[in-house]
Amino acid sequence: MSIGAEVPRDRAKRLLLGRGRFVDDISLPRMLHLAFVRSTHAHARIEAIDCAEARALEGVVAVLTAAEIADGVASWRAEHKLFPAMAAPEQFALARDIVRWQGEAVAAVVAHSRAVAEDGAELVDVSWTELPNVVDGKQALAPDAPLLHGHMDSNLAYTTVIEAGNTRKAFESADVVVEETFRFHRHTGVSLEARGIIAEFEPGEDRLTVHQSHQTPHQQQDLYARLLGLPEHKVRVICPDVGGAFGLKHHLMADELVACVAAKLLARPIKYIADRMDSFLADIHCRDHEVTARMAFSQAGDILALEVDDLFNAGAYGQYPRTSIAEGNQISRLTGAPYRHEHYRANLAMAFLNKGILGHIRSVGHPIACAVAERLIDLGAGKLELDPIAVRRRNYLHGDDFPRTSVGGVEFEHLSLRDCLDKALTMIDVARFREDQAGLRAQGIYRGLGIATFVELTAIGPEYYGEGGQHISAQETCLMRLEASGTVRCYTGATDQGQGIDTGIQQVAADTLGLPMAAIEVISGDSALCPMGGGSWGSRGAALAGEAALRAASTLRHNILAIAASLLQKDAGCLDIKAGEVVEGGITHMSVAEIARIGHFQPYTIPHGVPADLTVTARYATTGRMFLAGNGLQIATVEVDVESGIVTPLRHLVVHDCGRILNPLLVREQVRGGVVQGIGSALYEELRYDNAGHLLTGSFADYLVPMAGEMPDIEVAHIETPTATSELGAKGAGEAGTAGAVGAILNAVNDAILPLGATIAEVPITPPRLLKALGRI
Amino acid sequence: MKARRISLTVNGEAVACEVPVRLNLVDFLRHELGLTGSHVGCEQGACGACTVLLDGQTVRGCLVLAVQADGATVETIEGAGFDDLLADLRAAFHRLNALQCGFCTPGMLLTAQELLVGNPNPSRAEIREYLSGNFCRCTGYQAIVDAVEAVAVARAS
Repeated sequence: MSIGAEVPRDRAKRLLLGRGRFVDDISLPRMLHLAFVRSTHAHARIEAIDCAEARALEGVVAVLTAAEIADGVASWRAEHKLFPAMAAPEQFALARDIVRWQGEAVAAVVAHSRAVAEDGAELVDVSWTELPNVVDGKQALAPDAPLLHGHMDSNLAYTTVIEAGNTRKAFESADVVVEETFRFHRHTGVSLEARGIIAEFEPGEDRLTVHQSHQTPHQQQDLYARLLGLPEHKVRVICPDVGGAFGLKHHLMADELVACVAAKLLARPIKYIADRMDSFLADIHCRDHEVTARMAFSQAGDILALEVDDLFNAGAYGQYPRTSIAEGNQISRLTGAPYRHEHYRANLAMAFLNKGILGHIRSVGHPIACAVAERLIDLGAGKLELDPIAVRRRNYLHGDDFPRTSVGGVEFEHLSLRDCLDKALTMIDVARFREDQAGLRAQGIYRGLGIATFVELTAIGPEYYGEGGQHISAQETCLMRLEASGTVRCYTGATDQGQGIDTGIQQVAADTLGLPMAAIEVISGDSALCPMGGGSWGSRGAALAGEAALRAASTLRHNILAIAASLLQKDAGCLDIKAGEVVEGGITHMSVAEIARIGHFQPYTIPHGVPADLTVTARYATTGRMFLAGNGLQIATVEVDVESGIVTPLRHLVVHDCGRILNPLLVREQVRGGVVQGIGSALYEELRYDNAGHLLTGSFADYLVPMAGEMPDIEVAHIETPTATSELGAKGAGEAGTAGAVGAILNAVNDAILPLGATIAEVPITPPRLLKALGRI
Repeated sequence: MKARRISLTVNGEAVACEVPVRLNLVDFLRHELGLTGSHVGCEQGACGACTVLLDGQTVRGCLVLAVQADGATVETIEGAGFDDLLADLRAAFHRLNALQCGFCTPGMLLTAQELLVGNPNPSRAEIREYLSGNFCRCTGYQAIVDAVEAVAVARAS
């Protein structure tokens, strides 16, 4: 069996040789380069754009503004029919009249080289009239706030309440109530390879071919076709090697669309590669929530009720095509989800601000939902003088609680929360840590331990975007083709950005077909070649594309055996395929290669009625369930330097249940990568804006990412509870690391500073914030 | 645009050409010579994706101008290697899944190679410290540290 084995990835070999093929590695004949003039103001009226000097620069081919591209590209609105009341102002590829965030693209310079395009961009002279701006949610929702969008009465993009039971009564009768106001600051995905695109237009055929660093080629094919007015089958989107994505490459980005329009207008290939400043300014951002939450307990430590008020500081517009609602929605639905409680209310207010557009980055909403509930449990346990681990265990959903729809409306087939906790406690001796902790405190060394339990929503079902009206596939189809030599090509709609879904599909196909892995190749990332699918986001590859591959391979296996049975005059039920040979018990009859040869070149020898298709497809989508929920917990220990405010992670462990694991080698490091991103947002990463809406963190000198030296070894263990909803039994695994790390670190830091009478509820926990919490500055 | 003629050796081949004086080394290697294994991640010297060897030392290809490499020897991931150390590192990175997207990997490999040349038996902390100029967003760094450590241990035995 290769499923479950620690199989390294084929694709990695090429990358290790420096022979990857990322978008910027591709050059096409007569290719031109694009650079953008971006808004220097958070909110301003464009009075005039003088492009004369830029156009006169040697090497500049064109300068495009909204006026030049108006006929070439449609506008769009980030609407979602499941949230019909959500405001969805009109958006344009290049700003018209008014800019609403610093970094919004205003003009595009097309030149013979990127350097000259950038020179040209500096020569474009925009006359602005600054408008009053809002960069803070509370300020944005104040009655006299300046409005971002003139047609709206306020900056409130959306508000909703989710309610179950009666929280008011539950809080009144509770023995203990704890409350905290949390601030989760804005950050982003920071893929090492920035966004990039090459768009090529063939006017004779009305054909657009796009190479793009992206997660969802079919979604982009649909969007480019509709926005540029092209027939969909004339648009082909190819995603070559993608240098990290983490959610920031599964949206429509205005600057990338401009590259397509420019290619169409100029009939020459256009390359746009974002630089790091472009990335910080104009990539999708995430988080930026202020959450006030209360939890009610009984004296015995039962959670009685939970209330969550989330002020969501969204960007200037909704993200397209998915909208920005999901992060707020996830927080409303997921907070406290691992725990049994009946009374719940979550309030969401989403405000438009003069900041970059906010959307889906890895583990959407999860880290916030997790950190809020986990911190409240620690606060409650502290007040009740109970062991926080015991309080968690007591309140975990378990056993007969499943299947269950949570008070927040999340469906759980099964969660293995107690098993994960038990496993974790075999990995770390908490009593010993407490002893050491007490001893070290006497020496002025402050260490803390934090636990965070999480649920992980994966493999979204088709209803969310289907009912929302978006053209986003949550279904996966696998096309599997037996070549004449007996090797197999699998074409999938899932895409591989390094997480290794190609290898996972190869393993599933190999096991199902009885072929060695080396006989199977997976082809992905091409909207013209691969069957329509969703791409890779939201931890959907293994669960959906893996199951589709299993189904396609089952059909192909059935056909191979049917042909063999007809040739051998045997009952197909007696035959099996092992290591590429058709066998019957211990007897080897013929090879799959022989069947492939006959099937392709001598089909006349196969009787009518035998299913002899050697190219088959199968599809898979979940039904009646919005997500497949995995779960787990993380335990972090940290040391806080109370003089400098620096937090040093010491140990970090994860126990995770993502159903059946296709390849533990790949899952483990993906979980660790998620943890490191979570530690990044807990301690370092922040997109800071000043009061004028200017981004202060536009480089790696200002926006800090975790490097090897700061990170601890991360111990990862798994509980494996396959989902019964599919034959394969896999759930997604990509969110877990990020989902729990913020809560674990936040609790660990608070545990460390508890004896100093201090608390902190703001992430990232930077030295200045921590020193302020400690009263030192 | 001011240009200057340079001559250098790149991966063992003599190269002579005229380059704009403002062109940096990594853009020269990538776009003039087609050596796209060195990547551009920040153009600010922070991320390490553009790491190449200039006269045997790792440098940031984005912080060195092509004209500064005049007369020098440059090795990129496509050509670099001391004995079989790089091959060992590649094999260990592959076996232990020390890369996902692979964008940081050429820089990581060259930096790890330099570490092991100077310090054949580094501790995990020393490996982490030495690789701290190379940003990886996909892995948790641990598999990379494991791979470098495994090569050091195997070569010591």
